[in-house]
Amino acid sequence: MKENKEKRSGNYLRAIGAVAWKDLAAELRSKELLSAMLVFALLVIFIFNFSLELDAKTRNSVTSGVLWATFAFAGTLGLNRSMAIEKDRGCLDGLLLAPVDRSAIYFGKAISNLTFMLIVEAIVLPVYSLLYNTNLFQPGLILVILLGSVGYTAVGTLLSAMSVQTRTRDVMLPILLFPIILPVIIAAVRASGGYLQNLPFDQILPWLNLLIVYDVIFTAIAFMVFDYVVEE
Amino acid sequence: MIKVRKLVKRFGLKTVLKGMDFSVEDGEFVALIGPNGAGKTTFLRILASLARPSMGTVSVAGYNLPQEAADVRRRLGVVSHQPLLYVDLTAAENLKFYGGMYNLQNLPTRIDEVLEMIGLSNRRNDLVRTYSRGMQQRLAIGRAVLHDPNVILFDEPYTGLDQDASAMLDDVLRTVAARGRTVVMTSHDLARTEDLATRFDVLSRGKIAASATHKDFGSGNLLTFYKNVLEEGKAQ
Repeated sequence: MKENKEKRSGNYLRAIGAVAWKDLAAELRSKELLSAMLVFALLVIFIFNFSLELDAKTRNSVTSGVLWATFAFAGTLGLNRSMAIEKDRGCLDGLLLAPVDRSAIYFGKAISNLTFMLIVEAIVLPVYSLLYNTNLFQPGLILVILLGSVGYTAVGTLLSAMSVQTRTRDVMLPILLFPIILPVIIAAVRASGGYLQNLPFDQILPWLNLLIVYDVIFTAIAFMVFDYVVEE
Repeated sequence: MIKVRKLVKRFGLKTVLKGMDFSVEDGEFVALIGPNGAGKTTFLRILASLARPSMGTVSVAGYNLPQEAADVRRRLGVVSHQPLLYVDLTAAENLKFYGGMYNLQNLPTRIDEVLEMIGLSNRRNDLVRTYSRGMQQRLAIGRAVLHDPNVILFDEPYTGLDQDASAMLDDVLRTVAARGRTVVMTSHDLARTEDLATRFDVLSRGKIAASATHKDFGSGNLLTFYKNVLEEGKAQ
């Protein structure tokens, strides 16, 4: 009995690993998704940089908003493309035919989406630091970016699996995603702003807690409903 | 091996399958033929556990759908007109990925065997995007038989293939069928279907309108049999 359970969880983890590996290996070759996300993100911060003439104090207060707007828009591009690749060549059916719990497909896709988002963020942060002359390399801020990105991809992966079934998928994903992701964006902007303005930790903590709770709740919801979302 | 009773499938107000009965014995190669919109693809998607029946009972390899879908999927291979392959991975990588999803033991050896069977050993490390349509379809068959399934479903496997590629696909299908697997195939290419299958079921208006073997209609007469069945259906 125990052996069976261990075997099943081993298979489940292997399936998650297989989906994530497949996405990363394919992207390493095509660079289709990362290049689109990265170019878009860099364009957004360049546009903000040239359109907003900011003094040093104002810069610190708007940085978190500019950063999260950039991550959110670039992330949407990546989420859309990641699921469209599966749908356009019928590969989603190939995944659904595998004898594994379908939540394993969700977690595999979420891990690869999170990896793409973190890569883009790792490139955007130093560019932003240079352009705005702001130090973004603070452990607290990095933690907020990580938690915010986890929440974003947890919900985004689930909703992209829904929107990809529709004819207007490119428009549908942001319409579905942004209202639901709003608590993450607000909490991430507030917590990031807190670190950038050197606010006391007890003022940042509630936003960090909100991020953690959101991540846990929405990952659990996605785990439970993914099977119904992808079924015809 | 496959038992379907009173199967109904509705999409909103439209009923595609209307109380369909269908069964296939172990090792049979059944061709499901019918006009466009008859419900062939919908039916195969239900057998593959990709769609839920609205009513009726479906069992594949002794397991009921949709309750025991994972057990069915473990024993089922599916080839459709879309190859279900990742074009930015090589043939070997595609098979490695699907082997991982099925948790196959001795995967490298199995990949070698399958690539040999479909005649793509020498192109194993080439990206799938460099393959012709025929090669992609052969690899799709390799993907479908990788886990050695008891039942294989082919949905219009000849779509988009030229004569040479279709002939090559015939050889692969014969190899697959010769290994005693149960096969259900839909196709509009009646000449090829007649050569390959052992039984022919005509699906029309959401039900099996007729079922026959070579003995029933004589060699080379599948087209006549098919036309007669459809005309009888129209007259009723």
